[in-house]
Amino acid sequence: MSLKAEIHIPINSDADIVTARQQGRELAQQAGFNGSDLTVISTAISEVARNIVEHARSGEIVLSVANGPGRSGLVVVARDHGPGILDISLAMQDGYSTGKGLGLGLPGTRRLMDEFEITSKPGAGTTVTMKKWRR
Amino acid sequence: MRVPILKQGGYLIASIQSALSDYELLQLRDDLSAQVGRFRSRGVIVDVTVLDVMDSFAVRTLRAIAQIGHMRGAETVIVGIQPEVAFAMVQLGLALGDVETALDLEEGLALLDLRTKRGESHVTES
Amino acid sequence: MADSKKRDKRTRIPGPSSLASPMGTAMLESTAVLLRELVSHLRENRTQLREEWARRITESQLLVAMTQEEIFKEATAVYDNYVAVLETGSVEALEAYARDLSERIIPRGVETREVLGIVLLLRDVLARSLFKKYQADFGLLNRVLDAYEPAANRIANTVGVGFVQERERIIRQQQEAIRELSTPVLQVRERLLILPIIGVIDPQRARQVTEQLLRGIRANRAKVVVIDITGVPSVDSTVANHLVQTVDASRLMGATVIVTGLSSEIAQTLVTIGVDLTKMKTIGDLQGGIEEAERLLGYRVTMMMQAPEQTAAK
Repeated sequence: MSLKAEIHIPINSDADIVTARQQGRELAQQAGFNGSDLTVISTAISEVARNIVEHARSGEIVLSVANGPGRSGLVVVARDHGPGILDISLAMQDGYSTGKGLGLGLPGTRRLMDEFEITSKPGAGTTVTMKKWRR
Repeated sequence: MRVPILKQGGYLIASIQSALSDYELLQLRDDLSAQVGRFRSRGVIVDVTVLDVMDSFAVRTLRAIAQIGHMRGAETVIVGIQPEVAFAMVQLGLALGDVETALDLEEGLALLDLRTKRGESHVTES
Repeated sequence: MADSKKRDKRTRIPGPSSLASPMGTAMLESTAVLLRELVSHLRENRTQLREEWARRITESQLLVAMTQEEIFKEATAVYDNYVAVLETGSVEALEAYARDLSERIIPRGVETREVLGIVLLLRDVLARSLFKKYQADFGLLNRVLDAYEPAANRIANTVGVGFVQERERIIRQQQEAIRELSTPVLQVRERLLILPIIGVIDPQRARQVTEQLLRGIRANRAKVVVIDITGVPSVDSTVANHLVQTVDASRLMGATVIVTGLSSEIAQTLVTIGVDLTKMKTIGDLQGGIEEAERLLGYRVTMMMQAPEQTAAK
């Protein structure tokens, strides 16, 4: 069991989105991911980080390496204390958007990752936890 | 960092040099829009070869660049999308819509020539 | 070995000192003493025990793919490694040897059953010799076995697991190779690629096919790609969706995709389950697909024999 330390990236502006996805790519590479998986992971991080900037203005991304039985992967947690999401199932529908987006952010991100979990409390914030396993 | 925009004949070539923040992407959009007007450009090429991520914001902005360009009389071609990036984009559900794409700068120029030649040759030949 | 780094680090077996850790220092020391005694006993009787073991292997019809000399050579190596583990408490050297052994004997068809069989035989042969040596003192025999058995079981475990892991690694490697082989990206003309897909497409293969094609597009600077799915027995909505993704991703790289070989059954299924492929360029068969691709690229194919006649007739 070698659980590497977590990497915390504060998200306060659009420049932090770039930092988050670059660090995500780096850590994924260290965890043994390659090829299109690296791109997929950094794209997913970009989307959840942007979600923080657009809806909550600030929050953080936490990256860590996961070692499960017989497999390893990358865990991305995006956390904010923004207004939260009123209707999660609505937000997870393709084409739904409250911001300036294409409405593909969260549902698209779920398609990119192997595991995707979202919890939100209106007024208290949103946490997205997603995982990608190495193939 | 501002994306350098090169004027070559009737075309504008924007070669992205490094990862861009949302703000820098919007700046590129505004710069291209202004220069298309100033130089009366017929075509715009945005070279994204160095980008290792194209998320929804980047795609949205590139589409906006193409649409704005079109309204001002210029065709836009996006060139250099990497294999991994293309795959991640379609998995995310992102498409460029009607925006033209080409493998690289050379192909992009050839495509623009094809698209804009008819109009030009009419003027020069008649 | 270069690729040994890639393999998982396996747990070390507890050394002699930790075997009896909950029982206090006195017991701890005596376990160490017992193991030392055990080791010297196994060293002294090396020749005889090793021969006994090799004989039992042959008797039990294990390692039938190997010659007597080979069996004896490997038996010697395993025996020495075995004693070394008892002495040092570290299985690392044994692990490395087990991997190396597995690598050599798997291609010869040695089975898991046989490998487990021989290590268990060695455990028995050595246990018997301990019975013989300590039969006079039952209490001492028990203490010797207490020290010996956990270590012996770890050793059997290490060798067995090493063998199975090596087999799994080979299977994975072969799967990888089969997948690569089954999706060739072929350049038939300048800037024209053909991707014939044969067999069942699962999501993992679909992903691999797409990645390979996209890389092929860049490497060959392809402008048109013909994907032929004549050899795909069934297409469900997942596979169709992958196909659409492949077409879209290729387009993002500036290449046009033509899909050929959609059988009438598959076409009907897709319509029934509501998959919309109307945005995709589809053509009945591979030949038609290639002709269309050539047209898109500006080629015109004429037959050598007919060409002059036609011009002469005009």
